[in-house]
Amino acid sequence: MAHRVGMEVSLAVSEAVQMARAEAIAAYPITPQTHIVEHLSSVVANGELEAEFVNVESEHSAISTCIGMSATGARTYTATSSQGLALMNEILFIASALRLPIVMTVANRALSGPLSIWNDHGDIMAARDIGWIQIFVENGQEAFDHSVMAFKIAENHEVLLPTIINLDGFILSHVVEAMEFPDQELVDKFLPPYHPRYCLDPAKPVTMGAFAMPEVYTEVKMAHQTALTNSYEHILKVWKEWGDLTGRHYQPVEKYKTEGAKTLLLTMGCLSEVAEVAVDEMREAGMDVGLLRLRMWRPFPFADLRNAVAGAKLLIVCDRALSLGGAAPPVLAEVRSALYAMRGRPQTASFVIGLGGRDVAPDAFKAIVAQAQEEAQQKPTQEYHIFGVRG
Amino acid sequence: MDKFGYAQSQKFDTYASRLLPREEYFTSGHRACQGCGEALAVRWVCKAIGKDAIIAHATGCMEIVSSGWPQTSWMHPWIHVAFENTSAVASGIETALKILDRKGKLTGPRPKVVAMGGDGGTSDIGLQSLSGALERGHNFTYFCWDNEAYMNTGIQRSSSTPYGAMTTTSPPGKMSIGQHTQKKNMAAIAVAHGIPYVATASPSYLFDLFFKVRKAIETPGPAYVHVLSVCPTGWRSATDLSVRLGRLAVETGVFPLYEVVNGKYRLTVEPPKIRPVQDYLKPQGRFRHLRDKERAFIQKHTQAQYELLLQKCGAAYPELPVISETEEETE
Repeated sequence: MAHRVGMEVSLAVSEAVQMARAEAIAAYPITPQTHIVEHLSSVVANGELEAEFVNVESEHSAISTCIGMSATGARTYTATSSQGLALMNEILFIASALRLPIVMTVANRALSGPLSIWNDHGDIMAARDIGWIQIFVENGQEAFDHSVMAFKIAENHEVLLPTIINLDGFILSHVVEAMEFPDQELVDKFLPPYHPRYCLDPAKPVTMGAFAMPEVYTEVKMAHQTALTNSYEHILKVWKEWGDLTGRHYQPVEKYKTEGAKTLLLTMGCLSEVAEVAVDEMREAGMDVGLLRLRMWRPFPFADLRNAVAGAKLLIVCDRALSLGGAAPPVLAEVRSALYAMRGRPQTASFVIGLGGRDVAPDAFKAIVAQAQEEAQQKPTQEYHIFGVRG
Repeated sequence: MDKFGYAQSQKFDTYASRLLPREEYFTSGHRACQGCGEALAVRWVCKAIGKDAIIAHATGCMEIVSSGWPQTSWMHPWIHVAFENTSAVASGIETALKILDRKGKLTGPRPKVVAMGGDGGTSDIGLQSLSGALERGHNFTYFCWDNEAYMNTGIQRSSSTPYGAMTTTSPPGKMSIGQHTQKKNMAAIAVAHGIPYVATASPSYLFDLFFKVRKAIETPGPAYVHVLSVCPTGWRSATDLSVRLGRLAVETGVFPLYEVVNGKYRLTVEPPKIRPVQDYLKPQGRFRHLRDKERAFIQKHTQAQYELLLQKCGAAYPELPVISETEEETE
């Protein structure tokens, strides 16, 4: 029987990795991901998880070690944040090109400089094009569920792609929430042991990581792109299977009170819960405002997004990162591109919120909606706003 | 036969050419330059390693000449990820084998884990990941193919380039003698990690090389083998001189062959008489610009380093060299 427990979300993620029976873990400490790997070290040390934990000397080596682990055929996990993810950057592309089903939690944190240990999405947006599956979660339950499901998705022989579960640093990773944990038997039934399609084995030697001449590089990238695009249907299948087992169903774009909404907010990550409170209050005040939550970031759920915004007049995209000197913040840029060819698409407005741990309360979303609705009547003067910025 | 398929007589000290394995693990068809000392070293190291091994290789000459998709020269399971992280990749392989073995998931004997990289990938960009892996005590052997510069990218200097050498980024000129720093002592750095086995080796001394590879592979815990790899392209030397140059490096004391077992140094090849360094410098175009003053300095430095090594080995310096003033021009 599933049981309900109050637990810090970082620990819940580590529980998920334990229940998924990860075999090999390599990690380097970086705030705010530390609680996850601390807990994993302790369960490995206690023999509660039959795995090997390697304390590497950098994040660059963490992901490199994970590549070695996964290429040898072990179920592999790591976690990082911010500068750590940035240090991994070079190798992230290779992990996905080698088609290794590594699962990584990114406790999202701002990038330096100035140094900030607090939460925004600057880290993962700088690693947007690494060719991994990327999922954002909103609360502890989702963090647990998606951490388990990530292994099943990544290891599917039709997918074979590394997967990142993004959870907001501190404001999600460090809070204690009530969560429902399934029994180990259920997880074991859902997630069988990992059987690699190819691995480093003297009985059947393979060369991994050969270089490509211009004659084949494009084709290899195309194959990677096709695999990532096609992973969409497998992700949905795994989510459905989990939903049928646990009663918790997930969608690429989650809708909250969108019925008849003319104005839609769009968020990613755990600020969505704050936005939900704001939407509740605005709905009570008689405003036709709803909320979309983008869960699946890679592969990008084009059709789901178009369906979700159909009928809306104004779509307010709330980004948690900047694209300095660019045309638009990252989520807005993607959303606009996705909607460009859509007939009767809504007008878009863009607000950058919650950078470097700046608190975002429900009132902020109300103010954003008010400002966006007012500006929608006028000729746009600014590509996007950084909400609440001084000076 | 031991568990790696080698007869006891083959194990350490009684090598005879007829006993050397005929199996090829680094096969023909690779694109190494003519006279490549590194390809020769890789071929023999792979033979010495034997079949049951997994190799992680850094970006560099040996990776580029051997793994152009869809071809490969490697008969071992082999992975290349990037330049600076080979030791980390090997750490991962070794760790995965450990847990898979414990869970009974391995089908055969637990393979040996081997990491390989060039001098740039080892002493410069890969030093951190190597240090990490040595410190963590993974059971693997690291081979550094030291051709003393970034040959693959066009002969740029590395921290392993010897003093005075001309490279494309340490060119001699009015204000420079070429490389103005001394070669980084990677073997000493490896020894400083307190690992059980460190050795220097050269394909010009095949049995010595073979012996060290077997010993390194069979040592539990990390082992480091630093292999001098003569590079005719980068050293500006004749392609038929590669084996000879490898011998001269040893005979002049520039690259002594020794091993360090649990911190204890031992010379494995003891030249009865040390030749003048000039014998080694002369056939190489990369030292052509050096004046007598610099050559004398190199002689002095080489001798001092050699003496330091002998002290560590507890041996005495053999007959002192005399720089020949009347040496014939060989070019």
